[in-house]
Amino acid sequence: MLLTVLSILTDGLAYAAYLFIIAIGLTLIFGVMKILNVAHGSFYAFGAYGAATAVGIYFNGHDWNAAGGFLFMILLAMAIGLVMGLILERGLLRLVYGKDEVVIVLVTYAVFLILEDMVVLIWGAQSYAAYQPMVAAGSIDLGDLVLSNYDILLVVLAAFLAALAYWSLKFTRYGRLLTTVIFDREVAAAFGINVTVVYTVTFLVGAMLGALSGAVMAPKISVTLGIGVEVIVLAFAVVAIGGMGSIEGALVGALIVGICRAAAVHLVPQIELFVIYGVMAIVLIVRPYGLFVRAQPRRI
Amino acid sequence: MSQTSSLARLSALLAVSSLAAVMAPAHAQQAAAPVKLGIVSFLTGPAAAPFGIPGRNGAEIVIESLNAGKAPAPYNQVGLGGAKIEAKYVDEAGSAANTVTEFRNLVQRDQVDAVVGYVSSGSCLAVTPVAEELKELTVLYDCGTPRIFEEKPRSYVFRVSPHATMDNVAAARYLLAKKKNLKSYSGINQNYAWGQDSWRDFVGSMKVLAPKVTVDKVLFPKVFAGEYGAEISTLLTSKSQALHSSFYDGDLEAFIYQEQARGLDKRMTMILTTGEAAIWRMKDKMPNGTIIGGRGQNGPLAPKSALNDWFQKIYTDRYNTPPTYPAYQMAQSLLGLKLAYEKAQKGAGKKPTAEQIAASFKGLEFDAPAGHFKMALGDGHQGISATAYGTYRFDKKTNTPEIVDIVRYPAECVNPPPGMEADAWIKGGMKGAKCN
Repeated sequence: MLLTVLSILTDGLAYAAYLFIIAIGLTLIFGVMKILNVAHGSFYAFGAYGAATAVGIYFNGHDWNAAGGFLFMILLAMAIGLVMGLILERGLLRLVYGKDEVVIVLVTYAVFLILEDMVVLIWGAQSYAAYQPMVAAGSIDLGDLVLSNYDILLVVLAAFLAALAYWSLKFTRYGRLLTTVIFDREVAAAFGINVTVVYTVTFLVGAMLGALSGAVMAPKISVTLGIGVEVIVLAFAVVAIGGMGSIEGALVGALIVGICRAAAVHLVPQIELFVIYGVMAIVLIVRPYGLFVRAQPRRI
Repeated sequence: MSQTSSLARLSALLAVSSLAAVMAPAHAQQAAAPVKLGIVSFLTGPAAAPFGIPGRNGAEIVIESLNAGKAPAPYNQVGLGGAKIEAKYVDEAGSAANTVTEFRNLVQRDQVDAVVGYVSSGSCLAVTPVAEELKELTVLYDCGTPRIFEEKPRSYVFRVSPHATMDNVAAARYLLAKKKNLKSYSGINQNYAWGQDSWRDFVGSMKVLAPKVTVDKVLFPKVFAGEYGAEISTLLTSKSQALHSSFYDGDLEAFIYQEQARGLDKRMTMILTTGEAAIWRMKDKMPNGTIIGGRGQNGPLAPKSALNDWFQKIYTDRYNTPPTYPAYQMAQSLLGLKLAYEKAQKGAGKKPTAEQIAASFKGLEFDAPAGHFKMALGDGHQGISATAYGTYRFDKKTNTPEIVDIVRYPAECVNPPPGMEADAWIKGGMKGAKCN
């Protein structure tokens, strides 16, 4: 029994870390810009493909340090996210700011479909492996249970990102500017805040976080066509539970989903598929705006 | 008068010559009119890399070889009955509704003579009634659901490749032969028709063949979930000695990478019913000792034959990787269609109709790179063949995957007899199985 509880906790934390790393960029962009960015799945996919390319370059024929390979794949993926974010925000999204939110969702969906085909053009239809950093990380034995050190690393990374986001929003000048824009864009502009720059920077950070999530997951998965579709659905579920645009909501949402899913797999595996969306449905019935967002009056 | 007569004769000669000049190319064109085939496979999406692209490549290389008349006998006549094959490749990706729309486009807009395709069981189930409605000859190449020909009789739809029941019956037989002291086992399969049917057939076979062996953990993660930490913990803390899985592609590879980091394969033997499709990509990452199936005698499981040597060579020369089972399944589908077409053409004395080809296809027996095929089930519309399982070993010296300790199972040992549903046959104790 103790082993089962320990397994549920460790698996839940690992899965929550995976979900939070994916969801944080999505919720940040929504919180500031009110854009439900479907193309976030493409940032994830490009990050994963970029990481697989980096791992291929770094490890093939070289006996270099694995930590260097991990760092290289993260940096390359984030660079890809930066460039993609810049092109997308400056080249397209700024043209639709102020339009109906549904229109913007459709624009990002169109971008997502185009980028799916771009993946085929750049990397082809074959799948890629980037397992070397995970293998190099090794494992630790807890009796019958064996934990991957790479999963532990992901939990640490998720905690670091959560702490960094909290600190940035609460204790830095840019964080305070961001909070002002989140609270009211027009008032922020009236106070002299350059909302356009805030938007661009936010979108770039969100895009880089999306690519980072793909990069850190690449060693665990087979990098193949369609990976962006799967994660975007999961990320939406987590963000909806926590509250759209709330970083602490994304963290709590990821923890709830992670623990519930792990418990389902260990105790009632038949409902594993249902549990994520079941939790989401229950939360939204009780709190329609998610756990960390208060209902707001609609402006007329 | 004579001048007039000469002019008249010259005019007549010119007219006849002109007519002949017009008629001759038309006649030549008629003789060489190509046979149009629609080839449908996943060209994008998660199933493209493991199945769709090898299937498409298999079609491309076989059609090229047939059109050049360079395939071994009895496939050495050019194209189909002397007419070159003109293939149109269509992506299977998208919803079932989209798949049906594309099928209708192939039949009604492009007017293809036959359609060969479909990886997903969902696509096959969606397309089959439409093929019957449009009276379009359709050869399903990869999908595994037994329901196609069990639900109702078909007139225009065929499937050379055996259905998935064979894979799991043979997996159970191989596992029990290799692990005599097996006490319990678990399963991890995708939560949709493919995974559920595979597990049902495997468990059913195990209950018949070894009733005392117990089922431990039954896991059905979402298809393309990608993250299996909790499933691996559940299996690590179980007492199972074997693990059955029909995972494929990204799911299979992700599961193997994640379980290897935690040593699951050191604790239990894995039986991967589609593992053959992954060994060339995974190489040393596929654990040694894993029991590998390939949905028939495909790839390294194929018996030695001139046809297999030919197919291995043309595929490897073109794509720099050996063909995996979807490529074999496409090849045998096209070769079966070719034989049926040519048999019908011989009977008709001209380009055969879909009905004539279907009549020839029914009950056909032929050799393909993966062995001998017999259209024995589904009133002669569903093929059966022998199958094989083996144990994986990676040769570090040559950097080559190998499947050793191969055991072959006759078609009648692992397939239900004609007229019987697969599930009922297994539950009834697999009566009539001829394994010797």
